[in-house]
Parts: sequence; C-alpha cells; structure tokens
Amino acid sequence: MNNMKDIVLKYVIDEYLDDPDEELTYDSPLISGGIVDSFSMVSLKRFLEATYKISLPDDRATPEAFDTVNSIVTLVEEFISKKS
Amino acid sequence: MGYSDKVRGVYQETLKKIEDAGLFKTERTIFSSQAAEIEVEFPVGAPRKRVINMCANNYLGLSSHPDVVQAAHKGLDTHGYGMSSVRFICGTQDIHKELEKKITEFLGTEDTILFPSCMDANAGVFEAILTEEDVMISDRLVHASIIDGIRLSPAMRDTFKHQNMEHLEQKLQEFENKRIKVVITDGVFSMDGDTARLDEMVALCEKYDALLFVDDSHSSGFIGKTGRGTHEKYGVMGKIDIITTTFGKALGGASGGCVSGRREIVEMCRQKARPYLFSNTIAPVVVSGVLNVLETLSKSTERRDKLETNSDYWRKGLLDAGFVLQPGDTPIIPVMLFNAKLAQNFSRDLYEEGIYAIGFFFPVVPNGAARIRTQISAAHEIHHLDKALAAFIKVGKKYNILGKTKKEIVEMYGL
Repeated sequence: MNNMKDIVLKYVIDEYLDDPDEELTYDSPLISGGIVDSFSMVSLKRFLEATYKISLPDDRATPEAFDTVNSIVTLVEEFISKKS
Repeated sequence: MGYSDKVRGVYQETLKKIEDAGLFKTERTIFSSQAAEIEVEFPVGAPRKRVINMCANNYLGLSSHPDVVQAAHKGLDTHGYGMSSVRFICGTQDIHKELEKKITEFLGTEDTILFPSCMDANAGVFEAILTEEDVMISDRLVHASIIDGIRLSPAMRDTFKHQNMEHLEQKLQEFENKRIKVVITDGVFSMDGDTARLDEMVALCEKYDALLFVDDSHSSGFIGKTGRGTHEKYGVMGKIDIITTTFGKALGGASGGCVSGRREIVEMCRQKARPYLFSNTIAPVVVSGVLNVLETLSKSTERRDKLETNSDYWRKGLLDAGFVLQPGDTPIIPVMLFNAKLAQNFSRDLYEEGIYAIGFFFPVVPNGAARIRTQISAAHEIHHLDKALAAFIKVGKKYNILGKTKKEIVEMYGL
C-alpha cells in the first residue's frame, strides 16, 4: 500500500473511527463532518510529519486543510515538493 | 469611543452567522429557587409556567435545601460577604482552609486547593504542573474546560478513543520516554452518562508510570457506595493522582471547584496556577454552604441512595416505554432521538406538557447522536417522575418512536 491517499485513509480509520467498518472515502468531510475533532487532529499532523519527513506549520495545518483525505494529500505533497 | 459602526457591524455579522447556523443560545429565566419544580418564562415574554425540572445538575437536591441555606446565612454573618483579595494576599479565611481539609478527607486524597470554579481548576492545573518535556493524553470526550486547560499547557498533547483502553495503551507506549505522562478523563461523561473505567486506567497508568487525572464534577457526592466519586465506584480511592471537581452541581450547586490529589501537585497549583493566583477564591457564604453539604453527606448516604433509586426507576420506565437510551448507571440518562430537529421538537413538546428537558445536537454531541438529556435528582419524588414519564410517552407516541430501534428512527427522521 504505497499510495499516499490509502496510507492517510488507513491512518484516519485506525486512529479516529470506533467502527472500522464505517465507510470513509477520500472526500469524506473529516472535521466539518464530526469524524475528527479539531483538538484530536494533532496526532494526524504528527503522523504526516513523521511519515513524510516534513514540518507542517500551524497556520497551514488548519481544520480546512485537514478536512478530507484529498485535501490532506494536497497539502502534504506541497510540502514534500518544497523539500526537493 | 472606538466602537465605530464598522466594529459594531463586525459583531452583528458574526452573531447573525451564529444564528443562521442554529447555534444561537438563549437563556430561559427561572423565577423560583432551583428545585424539582421550577417556574420558567420561555420564550421571553411568555406567561410563566410551573414545570418539572429534568435538566439540572442538582443531583442531590441540595441547591435550595433549608440546612444549606441556613449554613450559608450563618457564614454570611460570621465571615462576611466578600474577601476583596486573592488568596495569598489577604483572601484566605479559616473556613477556606477548613473546606480544603474536608474535601481532602471526603475524596481520600493527600491535599486540596480551592478554585473559583472547576472550569478554573481545569484551566489552571496543566499549565502549573507540566512543561515541554511532558505529555497529556486525554479521552476524546472530556469536558470543554479540560480541553481549554490542555491548550494552555506547554506540554505535548494527544487523545485516545473514548473509553478505548487498547488505544490508550498504544498512546502510552508511544510516549514512553516523556518525563511526565498524564492520562486525562472525566469520571462521569456529562453528555452520555457513562463512567470512566478507572480500575483499568489505574492499572495502565501504573504499568507505564503515568499520572491519572479525573474530573469528577458529575460524580462527587453521589457516585460510589458513599458518594465519594468514580474512584470509589471502581475501588481505586487513593490511587488517582489528580481529581478536579465542582461545588456547582451536587455539592450545593452554587459555585467553586478544586484540585485535589498528590501533595506536591496541589502545592504546584498554589505556586503557579493562574486562576488561583489572580482571582478571588470562593465567597465565604458559599464555603459555609459547601461545608454543611459535606457534613451531611459524611453522616448519611440517604440522599445519594434516593438518587440511585430515582435514577433506576426513571431508566426502567423509559426502557419499558420503548425509548432508546444510552447505556449507563448514573443519573444522566440521555433519551436518544438521533435527528437534531426531532430533538428540538421533542423538547418543545415536553415543555408544553410541563416538563423541562433540553435537546442536544451537533456540535455539542456527535452528528446523528441528537438526544434529550435527562438528569435525575434526589429532589424528585416518584410522582414527578411518573408525570414526566407520561409526558415522554405522550410525545414519543406523537412522533411514533416508541419501541423503535435506532435504525427505524433514523429511517423515519434521518440523521
């Protein structure tokens, strides 16, 4: 499972869902949909930073940027490209 | 006068957005003392109505108890009205020290420090005792005041799934190398009425050398055989490192709170907790009332026993009638309706029937978990509960939800 979207989706399911069978897609609204509360977002941020060896500043790691797997991946890809 | 039309417009627009989102809060004015029956004006300008109160935190029915009122009167006579000082300048009286001692004895801890409220206790404690070298690991459903307190602390933070011990253990392993680890939970969770499994949490904390913090605001005075709190219920008295609690609910219902626990931690709060350092403490009149409450509760379990009987009676009545409830064994008994609009309509109809119970919905509770939260009191008599039950059944029949499962209710009304 090398696809970044799948890796992030799996982390979100494992970390935040009580019922692993609950359906979640790349576009499911995580924060505005009440799946991830903004206070608990911190572990997701740490996971992304550790996995992709990037540093996400607080003003970019916003509830809006973290609202879907797709938007998270866009953000992470931006910071990966800045590294190279 | 910097309050220009432009600035006024900013606030008006923001308030409008809150209103449009259905999140605008209004107060309901009560024209009586807090009790099982209260006189309410709602909405503003409507005729006053006498209703049965099913949503107060007046668990032990002591908010207007004659003995507490008398003790408060006496305290007012002997110790005055206010202190006009923070504790460490000239705002500490003998009764403040006495209350700290009595709370320590009641909760079975090492020491206690009073705060103006439990909100202040939770806001102040983490910043006072933790640094960047430490970590706070909190249950995802802890009270908002704890979240605020965590945000004020420089320590690293993380959360674990509600009541999920495997997930907590995973987090404890992840942060094994931190200087101090604090596991943070409510004793009784105020929206669901479930109790934290403190025996399992103590075992995990001992295994990983972590401190355990419990906010027992919805427990102190009535949970456990003699009402000492969730730690008594789970047989771990003396093993909770930090307990915060309030005097604004079961313990008289006025105001005030405390941090109670390990001696050094309490002393750190006395040295560093900002809400303690920069605010007057609890007024003498309230201290006198709480002292009376503790004396009463230490002598007899009559009130908490009655609360337990009432709660069991109410829960059974609702279940027999066919409502879907959150499982639990506390006086917080949420009637699950799942749909936000249904919860609002249900609450309005109950009020028409003379029953005061509030609907809760997203974002206060998770999306699709709207409910009427009922809270039972030792001040309720069986006739109050019977009347309330009859009203719930009448309204339940109107919406055709009695005997229906969650799935069926959601099919009818949506999430």
